[in-house]
Amino acid sequence: MKAAVIVFPGSNCDRDMAVALRDVAKADVQMVWHGEADLPDVDLIALPGGFSYGDYLRTGAIAAKSPVMAAVVKAAAQGRHVLGVCNGFQMLTETGILPGALLRNAGLDYVCRDVPLTVEAADGAFCGDYEAGGTIRIPVAHHDGNYFADEGTLDELEGEGRIAFRYAEPVNGSARDIAGIRNRRGNVLGMMPHPERLVDRDQGGTDGRGLFTALAKALG
Amino acid sequence: MTHSPICPASRHIPTGPDARARLKRSRMSEITPALVAEHGLSPEEYGVILTALGRTPNLTELGIFSVMWSEHCSYKSSRLHLKKLPTTGPQVICGPGENAGIVDIGDGDAVIFKMESHNHPSFIEPYQGAATGVGGILRDVFTMGARPVANMNALRFGDPGHPKTRHLVKGVVAGIGGYGNCVGVPTVGGETNFHPAYNGNILVNAMTVGTVRTDRIFYSAAAGIGNPVIYVGSKTGRDGIHGATMASAEFTEDSEEKRPTVQVGDPFTEKLLIEACLELMATDAIVAIQDMGAAGLTSSSVEMADKGGVGIHLDLDKVPCREEAMTPYEMMLSESQERMLMVLKPGREDEARRIFEKWELDFAVIGEVTDTKHLVLSFGGETVCDIPLGPLGDNAPLYDRPHVPTPARQPIGGLAPRNGVTDDLVTLMGCPALASRRWIWEQYDHMVMADTIGRPGGDAAIVRVHGTKKAIAITTDCNPRYCFADPVEGGRQAIAEAYRNLTAVGATPLATTDCMNFGNPERPEIMGQFVGCIEGMAEACAALDMPIVSGNVSLYNETNGVGILPTPAIGAVGLLKDYDRRTDIAFKTAGDVIWLVGAPGRHLDQSVWLWQVEGREDGPPPPVDLAAEKAMGDYIRNLIGNGEITAAHDISDGGALVAVAEMALAGDMGAALTPMSHAEAFGEDQARYIVTAPEGVAIEGTRLGTVGGASIAVGGTQVGLADIRTAHRDWLPDIMTR
Repeated sequence: MKAAVIVFPGSNCDRDMAVALRDVAKADVQMVWHGEADLPDVDLIALPGGFSYGDYLRTGAIAAKSPVMAAVVKAAAQGRHVLGVCNGFQMLTETGILPGALLRNAGLDYVCRDVPLTVEAADGAFCGDYEAGGTIRIPVAHHDGNYFADEGTLDELEGEGRIAFRYAEPVNGSARDIAGIRNRRGNVLGMMPHPERLVDRDQGGTDGRGLFTALAKALG
Repeated sequence: MTHSPICPASRHIPTGPDARARLKRSRMSEITPALVAEHGLSPEEYGVILTALGRTPNLTELGIFSVMWSEHCSYKSSRLHLKKLPTTGPQVICGPGENAGIVDIGDGDAVIFKMESHNHPSFIEPYQGAATGVGGILRDVFTMGARPVANMNALRFGDPGHPKTRHLVKGVVAGIGGYGNCVGVPTVGGETNFHPAYNGNILVNAMTVGTVRTDRIFYSAAAGIGNPVIYVGSKTGRDGIHGATMASAEFTEDSEEKRPTVQVGDPFTEKLLIEACLELMATDAIVAIQDMGAAGLTSSSVEMADKGGVGIHLDLDKVPCREEAMTPYEMMLSESQERMLMVLKPGREDEARRIFEKWELDFAVIGEVTDTKHLVLSFGGETVCDIPLGPLGDNAPLYDRPHVPTPARQPIGGLAPRNGVTDDLVTLMGCPALASRRWIWEQYDHMVMADTIGRPGGDAAIVRVHGTKKAIAITTDCNPRYCFADPVEGGRQAIAEAYRNLTAVGATPLATTDCMNFGNPERPEIMGQFVGCIEGMAEACAALDMPIVSGNVSLYNETNGVGILPTPAIGAVGLLKDYDRRTDIAFKTAGDVIWLVGAPGRHLDQSVWLWQVEGREDGPPPPVDLAAEKAMGDYIRNLIGNGEITAAHDISDGGALVAVAEMALAGDMGAALTPMSHAEAFGEDQARYIVTAPEGVAIEGTRLGTVGGASIAVGGTQVGLADIRTAHRDWLPDIMTR
């Protein structure tokens, strides 16, 4: 698999994502600066976590207008795989690649801890190595992870099996406990929790590996 | 005055009527005794200025002397005593005097670290005060070429019931998180105390640890006559003017009015600055580099020139300004954040400029290195400052302030505990001194960079050296109540506890940074506390081979004449050569034997039990036997290295039974223990650890019991782990959300 990790000013999980893609998914990873208008020929585009543009204006809002994002929107529409984690998920909703928005946490405070997630959709390129209905433990680290969408959109996400992960305990007030969603075609996943942070035993768990092993199987 | 102007006047002609008006304003002020006093300078100090200059200073010059001679920048009350601390060792690459200390960890790797206070600003404006404290210490570390890999902190707040405490806790924690989380450096741990002595002066001490290759370390000594001096980062505004002077005075009722002297942080710019500086540091274009911290452009330029034994000329018309019509006085005293000063090799400006422009940061050539040993400033075509560097730097005032030792306290004796040991255990686990700090550290991203392998809540945090099998263990420690009762013993104990915390995860202690927080040094009893703590620390650092490689002093932590507890906060760093050989505090397996390594507890004076259960803070603190600490530490480290034990925890605040309960909560497994007296359960005797090992493993210690069950049973009485957990977990969130 060839993967590109997009680096925005203020990205800070770009290296973590690259390491997980290299070590677990055995991907050939290149870092792509946000100012590039064209994307290299890759199988996976990863939008990493962090504070692109300092979260100014709104999380992910300024990054969504970066030159490279037009190419990401186009690639997603063509069926290229796109993974957005945390700030990356916020960019995916800001560009409209995924529906909804991420609001300030219900508790108003930043929260960083391992949380239990229920795997809702154990299929596709991202989730195929997880067990449907199983519980995995993945850390969150965000101030704005409270997923919001109108009832119609939420019903649609449920009905089409597009909710990938739900929080198994209260974390940030997300509508229907949504932690991660896919697009209709299944080639885009956005999630607030950080699977790249729990991929080896020394980090305190390995439940994040499944996402990267699934990608390796699906994308070679 | 032998100095002659270096720059031809034609290079900086006034840029219009506005510049001339500004210049006039900055020259107009007459230097009166009141103005001198307002600048925190004594009449004697002003006399020294007159002698050094051979004339009356102008306002800009007076301001520069004022900040450079402030306690915060000059260490005028403390320098004499700081010299007593051991600062060298085979592991030390760079000791105090630079932006941060550097320690060798083998294979061409080194760690750079320092702890610094941001107390006064954090009390006035907790969010920005704490945030810029983190920003400042990060800059001290990446200035030297290191990538910051971990942040820590040591916080002291007033009584939990004091009307201001909750506001301050909330703001400080949000500020530390807001900055560190955005910059993307994990905040991996720290310590937090509550005590009424901090009601009027909280302490916010922030520490950063970075890693660097030993051939890519950068220092601050300017060199190369004619080399360009470069300003990078954010623009200069009017924020933080006189921050250093404010931090060198006591608070009174109107201290809130000092809010404008608090700086405002922009962690996004800091993140860009880190990446841009590290990118430039990968080349060989930099001669010297220094961050603009307290006293901003003044201290950075003076320190760079003074250390290099050269002079410096700055053209203030070229300083990027955020606000209109800034005067030389304001530019030189601004403490705007996220700025750095560099000396580049000649001809490398364009290469450097391209990197900073890529990161959308200001880049300006604002002066050059000279051979004058003077700080010379031009503005609007005129020289607005010309000061010999000697009196500003090395020859700044130095005081041997009178000091009296703290009287020794008599042991109290005759204690008659009223409650059962398990009842008191629940009280202690949920008391302000010992309750869980999870509410705090869950607001910090402690996992970003994905190398945190020892998270907050243990004895020491552990962070991998990226891409190697090595890891760095980090801890912050100090028991200010011990230091108040006996400064010398308290100073020893702070170092000893840091040594134990590093040891308990399996790390070899390497070196130490200190943040010396005290009251008004002009009072002999406060100065006595300072001198006493230094004496104890010096002894312990020498005995335990943990030299002090960096640090900071914060004095005048007083409000209306009432000082804080003496608080020499210690940050210490240790090395795990192979992080597979480490342990943590959690009980692992039912049936494991629980051992006390070290003598049974006897010392209840100054214990948390005495304070929180009996309501007394009396007697002497527990004595520290440094030889015993060393021997016990070596023994524990061997046990961990050989894989003989399954968990380890140092015994400090709360004593042995509290340590057992913390291990039980971490592993979610209870313990069945033999009967204990209150002194055995809660005595805070030093040089002790709790360890667990499988049955049959020989441990030199006292067998206390076994791991297992859902309660802590002590002899015939027991308390459910769930009850302990509730008390421990809920105290802080309950008071913060009440």
